[in-house]
Amino acid sequence: MSDVVEKTLTALPSLLSLDSQPGSAKLSSTSKLGSLIRGITELTSKHEEEKLIQRELLSIKEQVASPNTTMRQMKELMVRTIYCEMLGYEASFSYIHAIKLAQQGSVLEKRVGYLAVSLFLNESHELLLLLVNTVLKDLQSTNLIEVCMALTVVSQMFPKDMIPAILPLVEEKLNHPKEIIRRKAVLALYKFYLIAPNQVQHIHNKFRKALCDKDPGVMTASLHIYLQMIQENPEGYKDLTGSFVTILKQVVGGKLPMDFNYHSVPAPWLQIQLLRILSLLGKNDPSTSEIMYEVLDESLRRAGMNHNITYAILYECVKCIYTIHPKSDLLEKAAKCIGNFVLSPKINLKYLGLKALTYVVQQDPKLALQHQMTIIECLDHPDLIIKRETLELLFRITNAQNVTVIVEKMLEFLRISKDDHNTIDLVGKVAELAEKYAPDNEWFIETMNTVFSIGGDVMQPDIPNSFLKLLSEGFDSVEEDRKLRLFAVNSYISLLQGEPGKLPQRFLQVISWVLGEYSYLKEDLESAAVLRLLAKLLDMKNSSSETKSWVFMAMTKLCEGTAGVSVAQEVSETYSSSMDTVLRQRAQELEHLSQDSELCAKVLPRGGDREHVEVDSSLSFLDGFVSEALAAGAAPYKPPHQRQEELAQAKVLSLEPYSLSLPISMSSCSITDRQSPTLLSMSSGLSGDSTDLSHKGGSTTLKLDGVKRVWGREGYLSQKEPVEESAQVEVPSPVRSPNQQEEGDSSHSQTPTVTPTLGCEQEKQQLASSLFLGLSTQSPVCLMGKSEPAPQRFRRKAKSLNTSEQISNSLISSPSAVDNLLCNNLLDSSITSEPDLSPPERTTELTTANGTCNTETALTDSGMKGSNPALNRDNSVDATDPPSHEDMDRPKNVCLMSHLPAELCGLAHSEITPLCTNQSLSLSACHVQKEDSLVLVVFINNCSDSDIQQTRIQVDSEDLEVSCVGDSPVEELRSLSVAVCQYSLTVKRPLVNVEVVGMISYQLPVVTTQELQFSYKLPLSSFIRPLMVSTEEYGTMWLAFSNDTKQNLTLISDEQEPLAATLNVLRKKLQLHIVEIIGMEGIVACSLLQDQPCLMHCRVHAGTLAVWLRSPTPDLPDCLIYHCQRALQCH
Amino acid sequence: MMQFMLLFSRQGKLRLQKWYVPLSDKEKKKITRELVQTVLARKPKMCSFLEWRDLKIVYKRYASLYFCCAIEDQDNELITLEIIHRYVELLDKYFGSVCELDIIFNFEKAYFILDEFLLGGEAQETSKKNVLKAIEQADLLQESQIEDWGSLPNEEIL
Repeated sequence: MSDVVEKTLTALPSLLSLDSQPGSAKLSSTSKLGSLIRGITELTSKHEEEKLIQRELLSIKEQVASPNTTMRQMKELMVRTIYCEMLGYEASFSYIHAIKLAQQGSVLEKRVGYLAVSLFLNESHELLLLLVNTVLKDLQSTNLIEVCMALTVVSQMFPKDMIPAILPLVEEKLNHPKEIIRRKAVLALYKFYLIAPNQVQHIHNKFRKALCDKDPGVMTASLHIYLQMIQENPEGYKDLTGSFVTILKQVVGGKLPMDFNYHSVPAPWLQIQLLRILSLLGKNDPSTSEIMYEVLDESLRRAGMNHNITYAILYECVKCIYTIHPKSDLLEKAAKCIGNFVLSPKINLKYLGLKALTYVVQQDPKLALQHQMTIIECLDHPDLIIKRETLELLFRITNAQNVTVIVEKMLEFLRISKDDHNTIDLVGKVAELAEKYAPDNEWFIETMNTVFSIGGDVMQPDIPNSFLKLLSEGFDSVEEDRKLRLFAVNSYISLLQGEPGKLPQRFLQVISWVLGEYSYLKEDLESAAVLRLLAKLLDMKNSSSETKSWVFMAMTKLCEGTAGVSVAQEVSETYSSSMDTVLRQRAQELEHLSQDSELCAKVLPRGGDREHVEVDSSLSFLDGFVSEALAAGAAPYKPPHQRQEELAQAKVLSLEPYSLSLPISMSSCSITDRQSPTLLSMSSGLSGDSTDLSHKGGSTTLKLDGVKRVWGREGYLSQKEPVEESAQVEVPSPVRSPNQQEEGDSSHSQTPTVTPTLGCEQEKQQLASSLFLGLSTQSPVCLMGKSEPAPQRFRRKAKSLNTSEQISNSLISSPSAVDNLLCNNLLDSSITSEPDLSPPERTTELTTANGTCNTETALTDSGMKGSNPALNRDNSVDATDPPSHEDMDRPKNVCLMSHLPAELCGLAHSEITPLCTNQSLSLSACHVQKEDSLVLVVFINNCSDSDIQQTRIQVDSEDLEVSCVGDSPVEELRSLSVAVCQYSLTVKRPLVNVEVVGMISYQLPVVTTQELQFSYKLPLSSFIRPLMVSTEEYGTMWLAFSNDTKQNLTLISDEQEPLAATLNVLRKKLQLHIVEIIGMEGIVACSLLQDQPCLMHCRVHAGTLAVWLRSPTPDLPDCLIYHCQRALQCH
Repeated sequence: MMQFMLLFSRQGKLRLQKWYVPLSDKEKKKITRELVQTVLARKPKMCSFLEWRDLKIVYKRYASLYFCCAIEDQDNELITLEIIHRYVELLDKYFGSVCELDIIFNFEKAYFILDEFLLGGEAQETSKKNVLKAIEQADLLQESQIEDWGSLPNEEIL
């Protein structure tokens, strides 16, 4: 560092000498900015400011363009331009001059030039390309300050496509003697990793080197990259856990230089970064978590000081402890910590305490009980942020008993909140709770009325959609359905009689639909009266034309009797000349149908009749037309996203790998009779393609990643021992469980510790008892939820789920699926006392994960020996020594092969992939393709010296049906022996990759039961078999199938017959059967196991292979096309 | 990762803006306007954290200046508060009892300090000594210029 200063000092005289009269020029230049600023402060109106700045910019524009302007003046001009831009005035004319200044200025001016560039441009700006050369030059400069400046700008923005140009130079800087340069270089690489990960793939070993850097600053910088990489692929970096733990231990132990202390806490930023990394590594992984328990405990212990920074560390620690595989005494300490946060008088800590509670309450509801009085207080907190977070917490503990109170609180909040984002989110939650736990019809309808009135037109469109579906599809009891609908009708009639002008459009649409469908249920109501009410809506000024079409639809359903018809005629007359074509159409329909009651009854049958209309969403009836057009030379249809992609690819040189189109099922979509106009139009919009739907959304769903259900009836699942311990300590009473006892006096028996002397105290107590009802007043067994699933009032029929998902075309996907899962978790926990298999979060393909892992360890092994971090040098040299995976795996695989059951030996099988390992067991698996089935073979290898007892293995999958083959798996496993289990797999629904998850539990002689979890991913292609059909058979089948996909694939063009060559590749790799090749066209057939055929029609067109897939199974074509793409890519 | 940092005055005037994610100018203006409004409306004793769109906002007031950062969901609010504080410490050390006017008239220097402390939205160098050392070099290059701000009110922020 001091060298930098020295260099600068030596450079200084030359800098100064360049400038002829230093003093005067400087003075006048800065005073120009000064006078500008002063001028602005003297102004009184925005208008005057605008005039002044425009004048200023005009003069700047003139000066920068003048050839006589020196770089020194340019620098001053740039500063003023930056100021103007900050005030919100655009000065794009100056951007090019900023680049010029960075390029041509002296060090001093360059600095301002680079700053201006980084403030003016962002990484997608085209002018940035002009900066590349300057950066290149400065990276090679001997002046360290110039190198620093170049690295600083590169770490902020750089054109993605130009990374290869400077990458070698930046890499080189990793070896620079100055730590500031190394650090900036690491951060530049981090930036590259973020914007184009595949371009820095080959230098992962360099990252390791940075991690081992002797300067703690450089090491800290490298953690940014590791955090990112581990987030994406935790499996690949498990071997580093030990190193991270060691580093953290040393930091916590105060081994870093004092410079890194912040308010006498050692390197808090580094600590937090490490804690975040550890929580990612330890998630769902008992053996890795094991390594970090000690250091976490120490971190908790050390962070005792009363300062914000220690709370920051504590908070991260708590999050980590609740994310990794649980350990009881740590959890206890973390819970205490959360308690301190919640009870803190400092509002920031209280807020975070609530957040932490929200985060853990699903696993540990008793924590919420402990703090119920604080929660009640927070509910009335003057700060809306606190209030909002409290509601979030309550949302997580809602059940059938406390739903009315909690929903009321939420609605109360909604009435005062003005923030749209909040409203959207909360309205969705209320609707969800109402649907799930509504105690009665009245409450449900009234709550939904409030939701619609408040949520108005900002709420997610799937709320009204699913409400209407619920009404129309009904539940198990016909009588209940009738009552609910009747209640809705009554409620809406009275709303319309009031002031309908105040209701939001969406609500009016819901009202019209319900009245149109169900007002006949109200016997004393004449349809003409309803028609008149509806007609009033048409006359309202603020009714949108969409609402008007809903109203028309409703009227069409209702018009009968002379009075009704006359109203209808009147209305339709007015609108049949409307400028809005949709309205005109609706008016015409109304006119005709009202005159012909017979036709009306046919078109719109009343009530009861709920036959589904199959919508041919693939539009197969147009096939004839399409093939004619294609034959006549029309270009094959490309979905919009593909077109855009191709356009984008044509424009710039993309160095990214192709993004593969996601197969999503939308292709078959059935819609109920008499649907509302928007629903229908939405679904027709969907029919073509649907890929772009899934990308967005999900943002409102609960973010609970990392939270695994680890609590069961007896405490922590899979950790029986600790619970027993605590039970012994606490002298259990015969009725209550130990858990219950702790908070017994504060919550269960409603005799609170605080004596309710004041009326308001009493009120709070009452509120508490009603809020925490489902959690506290039940038998101990039900502490974690209810003994049986809540009697969900509106239990939908099974089919409705699918359809509603397909129809709700909201950009933000419905949160209910995830939320349901989470809530059910809470509820179910008491039913299933056995540890349930919470599937590990999407692990990446095991094979590749291992692949990268191996190469890396190899690289570090060869290149890095002896350069362990200075930090670690004294006490743990072995920390960074990665376990040598490769050496162990290879021979093992060979010998595992010999354990493959004899009947499977001759068949094609995948490579044996390790699943999970700990000290005593290692599990591997492969899949074997039989002609009529797929067999998963799991090898259990006992690598310990002792025999293992009571081995129990469970395999399960969401996407597959799993059945055990042969005799039940081994119970006992001798030392150093291998057992084999076989499972037959069949596909439930096609997905690109399917995954099985499993768990093995076993007992060692000394230790109690242990568990290991694993997952295994296999591509759909392993379930594909050739389908032997003749061309004629193919023809008949083709016409019968309705799910289809079209796409262009790359043609293998280096052979004489590209079509045949391409198809041969597909035949070999995917086992497709080539039925026939005629000229430039080919037909191919295959089937997914269990007779789910898929046909493929290929045609060479303009250098690509246009394929068209059809199958009776939804999703299958999409998945298959993905594998075809892959197969051809890899070729 | 920090998404952006804004410095604005009690009157809602923007004093510094640093964006770590690429956004259009229009979007930046909209965000700034909305946030300045929201933060200024909050009372002194209220929580320093906000949830805003899908980001978390961490803000703190020093004298007449508000420092406001947007972070992502998994980021730590408290440490962000300390990032702000450390930045103020650095400014204070650099300018010597820093006040809002220092930042107004020497905003480019405030940017230089920020760039030396945070890079690409992540804390680059957390050792105060090292940051100041790196800034010292700039000190040697920059004109040492004492501005005469006349009768404008001047209030130390730390």
